[in-house]
Amino acid sequence: MNVEFLFFLETVLNGLMAGVMYALVALGFALIFKASGIFNFAQGVMALFAALTLVGLQTGQVPFAHLINAIFGTEVHHFGWELPAIIAIAGTLVVMVAFAYLFEGLVLKHLVNQEPIILFMATIGLAYFLEGFGDLMWGADIKPMDVGIPSGGSFWWEDVTREWAPEGSDYFGMYVDKLDVVAAIVAVVLVSALVAFSQYTKFGRALRAVADDHQAALSVGISLRTIWVVVWSIAGFVALVAGIMWGAKSGVQFSLSLIALKALPVLILGGFTSIPGAIVGGLIIGVGEKLAELYIGPLVGGAIENWFAYVVALMFLLFRPQGLFGERIIERI
Amino acid sequence: MRFKLLVASAAAAMVMGTAPAFADLVFPSLSYRTGPYAPNGIPFADGYADYFTLINERDGGVEGQMIKLIECETGYNTEKGVECYESTKGEGALLYQPLSTGITYQLIPKATADNIPVHSMGYGRTSAANGKVFPWVFNYPGTYWDAASIIVKYINDQEGGDLNGKKIALVYHNSAYGKEPIRTLEELAKKHGYELSLYPVDHPGQEQKATWLQIRKERPDYVTMWGWGVMNQVAIQEAANIRFPMDHFIGVWWSASENDVLPAGDGANGYKAIAFHGVGSDFPLFDDLKKYVIDAGKAAGDGSHLGEVLYNRGVYAAMLAVEAARTAMKLHDTTDITPTMMRDGMEALVLDNARMAEIGLPNFGPEINVTCSNHGGPGLGAISQWDANSKTWSLVTDFMGADREVVDALIMEDSEAYAAENNIEPVACGS
Repeated sequence: MNVEFLFFLETVLNGLMAGVMYALVALGFALIFKASGIFNFAQGVMALFAALTLVGLQTGQVPFAHLINAIFGTEVHHFGWELPAIIAIAGTLVVMVAFAYLFEGLVLKHLVNQEPIILFMATIGLAYFLEGFGDLMWGADIKPMDVGIPSGGSFWWEDVTREWAPEGSDYFGMYVDKLDVVAAIVAVVLVSALVAFSQYTKFGRALRAVADDHQAALSVGISLRTIWVVVWSIAGFVALVAGIMWGAKSGVQFSLSLIALKALPVLILGGFTSIPGAIVGGLIIGVGEKLAELYIGPLVGGAIENWFAYVVALMFLLFRPQGLFGERIIERI
Repeated sequence: MRFKLLVASAAAAMVMGTAPAFADLVFPSLSYRTGPYAPNGIPFADGYADYFTLINERDGGVEGQMIKLIECETGYNTEKGVECYESTKGEGALLYQPLSTGITYQLIPKATADNIPVHSMGYGRTSAANGKVFPWVFNYPGTYWDAASIIVKYINDQEGGDLNGKKIALVYHNSAYGKEPIRTLEELAKKHGYELSLYPVDHPGQEQKATWLQIRKERPDYVTMWGWGVMNQVAIQEAANIRFPMDHFIGVWWSASENDVLPAGDGANGYKAIAFHGVGSDFPLFDDLKKYVIDAGKAAGDGSHLGEVLYNRGVYAAMLAVEAARTAMKLHDTTDITPTMMRDGMEALVLDNARMAEIGLPNFGPEINVTCSNHGGPGLGAISQWDANSKTWSLVTDFMGADREVVDALIMEDSEAYAAENNIEPVACGS
């Protein structure tokens, strides 16, 4: 194969991988929107908070150490032990479930049957609160994330693809990050499980009923509070997965909350209510922005991938306002 | 009526009680301890505050005048930075160090109008080094253009003095800050014959795959980086992922902290960056910081950042402010200095090796001699390198000078254009 074509394929492949990473964030949004009609502005911050908690537990960091030391004049920072990644992940899940329970009890239950914009505003408040709370609890330092996921270019894939280039060319193989491959596998498993849960379980149907109409769902005996706790717990789990993958790339730091910006065009394109749509949308956005950056970017000064993702999403919006997989809303007058 | 008088008196007493004594040396700190850039803002703010605390605790202030630090949170946000400036300038502020190129650009006309000096140490508008056009702005001991030139000089040395046909790539934050070195690198490319390729990265820079795929394809001989925040960590990680030789990857001094290299682990080993001050804590001053500030429980933070690159930079910035204030006091024969006197002190600042040793920072930075026309200082830089095993930076070269022929011409051209655009009559300097 021609080296330029191989480079094109490499770009597409890496675009797909980047798209999976975006989809991991978008999934959390889609899940909550599908089950409760709430656009959760705090999803990015939840990913950050989950990642902070995971690293904090894993490295034995004392939560609220700065506050404790300031009040009591102590000098405590670490417990002196380190936890295996799997136990730290389990501990983080417990924290995220507790968070879901508290958020439901303190905020959501008071907002039953309110306009979506009110619920949206509540999630904006949650985002700012959680960011500050995370800072207070775990500190603002950048924390390296190490849960044993391999990263770096795959030698095996480079060797395989090197053979595809013409004889004598100095092509050195196609690049793919092992971390991205792991993320792709995790995303496929996650989406399959969530789709199965949503479509084929009684609880999943209850989730969809709540999303359609809070009051109607309540009138047929669905416990709104239980549904919300479960949905926000699952969203917390998805946030943890996204936090691990993104944290492994750049370390766990507060800019992690900005990954939500990467999820928005994915949601516009895939549809806010579709779990598979989050994945397909992510893949299209990932490939679209990478190809644009590499082939259009040099013509217009570069750094176009961020906004180009929104251009792609808006183009789809012109033809399918509900997104590729979103539910078409028909209002009869 | 009596009650109103009582309230008014109480209010007046409270105001009198909280206002700074006129003799205080007021140094606002436009810090960012929250938000995405907090990991960089915290150590700098800690170092800046701790040095002032040391001077107060150990020496009883500067020539008997206590330093009052007013910290204002900017979140690295330009609008908030300007708000901080407006809300603190009335407190008798002697000097602003905005710690943000964006904020610096906004403060240049404001501070000039208010007659308050700005010290953008190694950042901000490079052409502010021309003191004739920017009498209230200082960027010693070096500028971005000095940094770009020194990096090219180092690469030239590494390549045996011949850069003809070599490829150098610049990966930069797509902002005013990141674009600063482009013109210099282009001019130097003409002079040395290397091929320059540019790779902008949009804020915040968490996703750079397209950039590094291009670099992997183009295979530049060297990559240099003007990044900040998460962009640095991701770039270093991606460079390690594509197995770019890290000793051929050289960042500017804002892409050179522990924060930038630690997330990449062993992959960051050998990464290089330019530095305008020393690294580590092996200086006598740090013993005093520990004794009088950290161990005494008076540190701004928890003391854990002592000796880190950005903590050291905060200490260095505060030390330069104190030395300028001392110079101003001598110059005007008073310890009760105004912002105008502070400016004069900055413009007359001479910091030689002997004085640096007295301060407890021998060979920590180059000698500085600021003049009316040169607010950029000596423009020297050294190359530092990261050792992932020991998790330490070390300087691998001496402090080197920039290509003054190229850099000074660019400074002159840019500052004169600014003066023309803004109807500024350059001040006359003696020589």
